[in-house]
Amino acid sequence: MTRLADVCCYIRSKNAGPFWITVDLFFKDRELFEKWVDSPSLQAAELAQRLGIDTADLRRQALPELATLKFAYPRKQPQGGACERDMHGGQQYIWLLGMELA
Amino acid sequence: MTFPINILVPTGALGSGVDEDQVFAALVAGGIHAIACDAGSTDSGPSYLATGRCKYSRAAVKRNLDILMRAQSQFAIPLLIGSCGTSGSDEALNWTRDIALEIAAEHDLSPRIALLYSEQAQAVIAQKIQKGLIAPLAPMKAVDAEVFSGCARIVALMGPEPYIEALKQGVDIVLGGRSTDAGVLAAVPLMFGADPGAAWHAGKTAECGGLCTVNQRDGGVIIRVDSEGFEVEPLSPDNRCTPHTVSAHMLYENADAIHLTEPGGVVDVSKAEYIALDARRVRVRGSRFLPRPYTMKLEGAAANGFQTLMLVGIQDPEVLKSLPHFLAQMHSVMVSRVTATLKVDKSDFDISLRPYGWNAVSGIAPTDGFSPREIGLMLVATAASQEIATQVAKVCNPVLFHMPLDLDAPLPSYAFAFSPAEIERGAVYEFKLNHVVHTNQPLELVRTVLIENGATV
Repeated sequence: MTRLADVCCYIRSKNAGPFWITVDLFFKDRELFEKWVDSPSLQAAELAQRLGIDTADLRRQALPELATLKFAYPRKQPQGGACERDMHGGQQYIWLLGMELA
Repeated sequence: MTFPINILVPTGALGSGVDEDQVFAALVAGGIHAIACDAGSTDSGPSYLATGRCKYSRAAVKRNLDILMRAQSQFAIPLLIGSCGTSGSDEALNWTRDIALEIAAEHDLSPRIALLYSEQAQAVIAQKIQKGLIAPLAPMKAVDAEVFSGCARIVALMGPEPYIEALKQGVDIVLGGRSTDAGVLAAVPLMFGADPGAAWHAGKTAECGGLCTVNQRDGGVIIRVDSEGFEVEPLSPDNRCTPHTVSAHMLYENADAIHLTEPGGVVDVSKAEYIALDARRVRVRGSRFLPRPYTMKLEGAAANGFQTLMLVGIQDPEVLKSLPHFLAQMHSVMVSRVTATLKVDKSDFDISLRPYGWNAVSGIAPTDGFSPREIGLMLVATAASQEIATQVAKVCNPVLFHMPLDLDAPLPSYAFAFSPAEIERGAVYEFKLNHVVHTNQPLELVRTVLIENGATV
């Protein structure tokens, strides 16, 4: 089984403004990007399901030149509210590291 | 003016560090037309906007600004700083103005300074709403007048135009309220007629200083913008830009890596080419700026309750083996005690237990069988006033301190780090707005004030 962390050299998350989180998956090279970008595990519907959001709310952008897959989704609560656990959204990629790619 | 127009971007944020030797070395080498950087962002959270206070220490901002003001004076080139004081609110801009005047007095400088204010009065916002000139951005769907009127402060993000107007009046330094980062850096190239796509994309690339370089923590960059593209080069001779580091920066803190909406248009980099000029410099061509009706993004924050915190350490291995049960039991006892003791309804307060070392950040249960060596258990009590939040925390104190796993067992004592155990953290602020306002021209919502010889003109 191939894990996402095995085919990426860098994975990160961050706020994209106070209302969105964006995640960047930098693949190790163009070849691995081409091989896995269409994996069912990395499609909008699957990612949205894992995040517990509507597929329509997930923005997915494949960037072949950068061998990078980007996706963004609305925060459950705006940045900084009473229930904030990650002010900058910088730790919201960890669940992806162990993701097994179908 | 002959191209390129060269902008020295000394840092990603005023207050986070400026390297004096590198800045002066670049200026001595020659050809720099302006120094520009920003000093703020929403990234650090809503409190800085709602309170108008700066994220960085006054000493750090002063130390950075001191270097840049001396450089401005010695080389007689303009200095532009956007989003002063983190939020770019009027109070934060005035705070930065006072630091600038203090520095000027200390070095016997007398720069002409333009202050650009973009905080918006409630009456102005109400009128814009009434005229249908405010629109929501996803994920927001509505324009609710009450949400706007409930904001402690509202700022509108300026584009480059107010900076350009100020420079045309011959000022030496422009201190701006909230502005788009890219707009501040693009202002001087645009003023001299550089290609708009190149100027805006260059501004976006350099907005975080060294983040578009290989060694991201190493200082600033220089952008050189001409009639068909731009070049970017690190300020540090030891640092490098590569086509990958420059193109990848479009991803950073953006939901869309190809299109960037700015006041008056969209930056489109779908056709951009990134070419290594040598080991350190990258040239970019093919970026486009697609004009759109002029809008400014609005940011607003409001208080939403008060919080009091407590932090306790737990090492008991039996407790740590059964944390979900332990925490659920603790929470339930706390809620019962608070409602009974304070005679308040369950909806009047919130108790959040966050076990750091277990799942306080993710909220997701760890894998079966995982047991940490110790945890920090943070209790966050939220209520409508600081007094109630603190009373809630105080009622919870003995439970947090002594709650056994087995209710029949002798009382344990967990490890408080502080006395008093509770910490009043003040108001909780939330960002409320994700909207744009239409303006009849770029300066409609901007107020410019000029300062000469230390006094308002």
